Amino acid sequence: MRQYETTFIVDPVLSDEEIKSTLQTYQEMLKNEGCEIVHTEEMGLRQLAYPIKRRNSGVYYCVEFKLESPSFIDKLELSLRRDERVMRFLTTSLDKFGVKYNEDKRNGLIGNRKKEEEKAEETKVEKAPEAVADEKEVIQKVKAAKEELAAVSVAADAVANQEEE
Amino acid sequence: MASRDDIKFLSNPKIGQNRKKYCRFKKYGIRYIDYKDPDFLLQFVNEQGKLLPRRITGNSLKFQRKIAVAVKRARHLAMLPYLVDQLK
Repeated sequence: MRQYETTFIVDPVLSDEEIKSTLQTYQEMLKNEGCEIVHTEEMGLRQLAYPIKRRNSGVYYCVEFKLESPSFIDKLELSLRRDERVMRFLTTSLDKFGVKYNEDKRNGLIGNRKKEEEKAEETKVEKAPEAVADEKEVIQKVKAAKEELAAVSVAADAVANQEEE
Repeated sequence: MASRDDIKFLSNPKIGQNRKKYCRFKKYGIRYIDYKDPDFLLQFVNEQGKLLPRRITGNSLKFQRKIAVAVKRARHLAMLPYLVDQLK
């Protein structure tokens, strides 16, 4: 009995129902094979690091399962490959450290420290109200300057067009 | 006139003394490297997205191999780029 983990990216252009049904088809497929689904993580819509099939974002899902016969992996991957809704997938077998890591992650033992640090930073960053007021003034000034610039560039374009004519 | 003791620290004596590098996985007992955590893996690639060598990160060989695998998996899943100019 080994534990595996399949991560796949679903096309974000599909409707929410279709995206969810994609996940369900694979969950059912695994259940029909008689394997135990340990956990399903919905990582949600994420920005891709590079475009895949002209898409710049994707919906990530991660399914962890225990499986008796490794030959079923081939079937699962074949159906993932044939599925047009799935943009990318990756199946890995987890070693004992991986299993433990995922358990800890689910129980919130991993990643908490990072979040606490971020919170501490946020409280530090909170500004005095005066500073905020100053910032607003600056923003307004910048906006006015930008508008002026835009007006100037429009005028310049008009002049250029006239010259061309 | 300055005595010899005063002249001694005109240059910073700590320059040239490199801090000893260590493997953070061995030190903190991290046994598994998650390929679904791109923010963590970002520490082991340069601004082009290439893997940093062991002589810079100080990782032990065992964990350097695991990082290489994790980064390659993350690239496949479009969590890290294969090729980019300005990553950091």
